[in-house]
Amino acid sequence: MNRINFPAALLVALILGAWEAGVRLLSLPVFILPPPSRIIWTALVRAPDIFPHALVTFSEILLGLGLAVATAIPLSIAMFAKPSLEKAFSPFLVASQAIPVFALAPLLVVWLGYGMASKVFMAWIIIFFPISVSLLEGFKSCDPEFRVLFRLMGASFFNTLTLLYWPWALPRFFAGLRVGVGVAGIGAVIGEWVGAQKGLGFLMIQSNARLQTDLVFAAILWLTAMGLALWHFTGILETIIIKWKKEI
Amino acid sequence: MLEVCSVTKYYQGQAVFSKLDLTVGQGRFHVLLGPSGCGKSTLFDGLTGVFPLDGGRLLWKGEPLADLRLHAAYMQQKDLLLPWFSLLDNALLPAKTSGRDMKAAKDEACRLFERLGLKGYESHGAHQVSGGMRQRCALVRTLMFDRDLVLLDEPLSALDAITRQSLQSLLLMLQTEFKKTILMITHDIEEALLLADEIHLMSARPMAVSRHYVLSSPKPRKFNDPDLMAVKAQVLDQLEGGLSRESH
Repeated sequence: MNRINFPAALLVALILGAWEAGVRLLSLPVFILPPPSRIIWTALVRAPDIFPHALVTFSEILLGLGLAVATAIPLSIAMFAKPSLEKAFSPFLVASQAIPVFALAPLLVVWLGYGMASKVFMAWIIIFFPISVSLLEGFKSCDPEFRVLFRLMGASFFNTLTLLYWPWALPRFFAGLRVGVGVAGIGAVIGEWVGAQKGLGFLMIQSNARLQTDLVFAAILWLTAMGLALWHFTGILETIIIKWKKEI
Repeated sequence: MLEVCSVTKYYQGQAVFSKLDLTVGQGRFHVLLGPSGCGKSTLFDGLTGVFPLDGGRLLWKGEPLADLRLHAAYMQQKDLLLPWFSLLDNALLPAKTSGRDMKAAKDEACRLFERLGLKGYESHGAHQVSGGMRQRCALVRTLMFDRDLVLLDEPLSALDAITRQSLQSLLLMLQTEFKKTILMITHDIEEALLLADEIHLMSARPMAVSRHYVLSSPKPRKFNDPDLMAVKAQVLDQLEGGLSRESH
């Protein structure tokens, strides 16, 4: 695996360079659009202020992820084992993605309060779908010849699940997890925008109201860094767990 | 040992086989020889309960039964080794799924690894060994089913000629050393002549036993055995006759 993605790094450098040059050439005020150098500077210098907020958002994302994984796995197994359950749950799964999370956020804050619970729940709603659908599709993609082999061995569903279906579906599960990790921050931040006392979303709203646009961007930068770190960590976890994948 | 009585299977309104009879004697090596696509594998799928037969019945040691799922081991053309397990763990799958004492099963599998020339490769992954070794491992797994009847569906057809020759002697070992009763599908006439005690020559769809040959030459056999050459000529005659009838 390449450690550095050179094409992506080059593209980022080009975009940031053009942004920096454009802002300076047009002499745009910082409260309208700060140059990237100012954003990076703010993100570093104001790190002690940003960090407590980032920690809250990161915790919400992690809890949302954990909850999504903990609920998606048993539900996917149940839907795989009993197709009637899949029929029953599918409309709800699709509906959970069709309803805009912005519409749900105020309700969740009313129901679950201004604390972490409403944000965790928001993150869960967004992450749950890609993980459960990917895992279910992973189970279904199992080669029928292997199913026959296990059937002839007289294997129980639990045996077949642990020895065949689960390892078979792991690459799909991680694909879903990566998608989930990528969008997890959206749910948490939206929840914080609607009502919170801490978190990067709360910091963005506060800074925006004070025209501290550089701090808004710095918060976005921290959020992006967190997302990328989680995405990368998921990739490492996948490589460790699915060792056989790189060998076949 | 096994009596297949008037079994019938339809696919999309067409008979794959109709009122097919077959008797498999204990300890005998039976070969179903016939053109590709005539329905031999479908017969195996029906016998093993992959899908229900549309008519007829099976008798196992005189007792009626629905399918051979719990009485026969099945080895297919593909080795069906799971990439996330070592060769030894793959071979131990039947023991794991049937709840056998794992220590005893492991000792048995290790003995079989040694007997079949796989000693030293127990911890290797399936991707790390040759096609011939993968099939040997599949053969060990088949023996670990610990069942009297072994169904072999073209187990050597994906291998090169040299590897196939060496594995043919292992298939013979299933009968002579491990006292298994074997029902094997092949469309390789020479393979059938070398291994079989009885050859059931199958016709094209609807599949039926068009000729039945009993071979009494001692094993291991050589191709230049005049009795075998005579049977080979008859089989070829029969197959060519069948093909020319089909084309008219």
